[in-house]
Amino acid sequence: MSAPLGKDLLGLEHLSTEQISLILDTAEPLREISERAIKKVPTLRGATVVNLFFEASTRTRISFEFAEKRLSADTVNVATAASSVTKGETLVDTAKNLEAMKIDMVVIRHASSGAAQFLAERIESNVINAGDGTHEHPTQGLLDLLTLRRKFGTLAGKRVCIVGDVLHSRVARSNIWGLTKLGAEVAVCGPRSLLPNAIADFGVQVFDHIEDAIQWADALNVLRLQLERMTAGYIPSQREYNRVFGVSRERLDRAPRDLVIMHPGPINRGVELDSDVADGPHSVILDQVTNGVAVRMAVLYLLAGHAPALAEAAKGGDR
Amino acid sequence: MPTAPTVVLNARALERTVARMADEVVERADGTENLVLVGIQRRGVQLAERLGRMIAQHEGATVPRGALDITLYRDDLQTVGPRPIVGKTVIPGAIDGRTVCIVDDVLYTGRTIRAALDELADFGRPARIMLAVLVDRGGRELPIHADVVGRSVDVPPGGRVDVLVSELDGRDEVTMVIAGEET
Repeated sequence: MSAPLGKDLLGLEHLSTEQISLILDTAEPLREISERAIKKVPTLRGATVVNLFFEASTRTRISFEFAEKRLSADTVNVATAASSVTKGETLVDTAKNLEAMKIDMVVIRHASSGAAQFLAERIESNVINAGDGTHEHPTQGLLDLLTLRRKFGTLAGKRVCIVGDVLHSRVARSNIWGLTKLGAEVAVCGPRSLLPNAIADFGVQVFDHIEDAIQWADALNVLRLQLERMTAGYIPSQREYNRVFGVSRERLDRAPRDLVIMHPGPINRGVELDSDVADGPHSVILDQVTNGVAVRMAVLYLLAGHAPALAEAAKGGDR
Repeated sequence: MPTAPTVVLNARALERTVARMADEVVERADGTENLVLVGIQRRGVQLAERLGRMIAQHEGATVPRGALDITLYRDDLQTVGPRPIVGKTVIPGAIDGRTVCIVDDVLYTGRTIRAALDELADFGRPARIMLAVLVDRGGRELPIHADVVGRSVDVPPGGRVDVLVSELDGRDEVTMVIAGEET
């Protein structure tokens, strides 16, 4: 590995523990930039970043845009509702067109798993996966790791339970890879209809009852119940889901310790998470949002340095 | 072939030099009232800390201290290869209208100071910015000079000056190596 991260960030599955730690260690000091009167450093001056969103997103896109602008990159947003065109053709076409316009980096969100890698293999620019289908959402995983690391000091030995719709969740996948690599114990909890069949292959514990998960865990990462998919009959009703798996004050009161509560947003209040918990003293949901900008700045900064030949030459020396 | 390192300042000499620099900084800043010391990561931070302690001893006044990491403002980021590790930047309160003294260990090309000036400007508009360095080794590539200098040495390109501080290196010492045959 010549550069710390290589050309692209496609997922956390293939990153080493050292690479993940490098991103988190870089994100830490970058948090300060967002506190300044002038929230901008000149690091990516002259670089062009295209935010290519084939799927709806508000906070991820805004977070990336803030990160890019605070590093002084020029940004272009392309939002496309992919549906009528077949994805293969669209992506190849898009890739060629982007290259022709001399861009430096692409942030891509796409409904198809593997779309980011597909693009990365076809263009010279750095590619950052901002969520591809049900595969990975690496920057969300990283911001969750940073939030927990800041809260606990270290992730080693900490118990994190991912609650809810694991089946459809790229956030869950990136979390499982990242948390495991940093030494945390990971469990999932949810209705069996919303857990992947091969969940055991991830090496995680499975809880069928939220009460048991709460007894076990130091932190809960509560996933969004993807209401748009509820037509498929995965759960009987939202109300029943809340009654069986909802994270409520009453349930948390019976925990042996205060649990850190995370949620990638947007929250379905009163479904997977009750309002008094989401807004309670142990919720770090807004810290996650703050850390998201810093983590994305770190990724942009580290990937933009990708220049293998120079990297070899400069190894060891500082300035 | 590099020659053996020559000691420029031993621990005692370094302490005396910092004491003298502290007095000079206060003198040039017309007192301690508006003074802020900002050390450049990494060893400038420890030096700023020591200057601050020395000023407290001599003047009985506590001068706010900060730290500046200039990595994100470097002009050679596209060519240095693997991205340098970013350090912490901490600016103690507003710097508008104050006298900011930048503290660094070695002044060489001046590019670090150029970056530090740019970064400080993003925090506010000080009434005045000064520069205090422990060692000025010559070799400037930009029109930058230090106001307070601990020791001037002439070390041509290829040579090196190493500042060791006990906080990070276990001992206080400044050494230099002049590369090549000519000494």
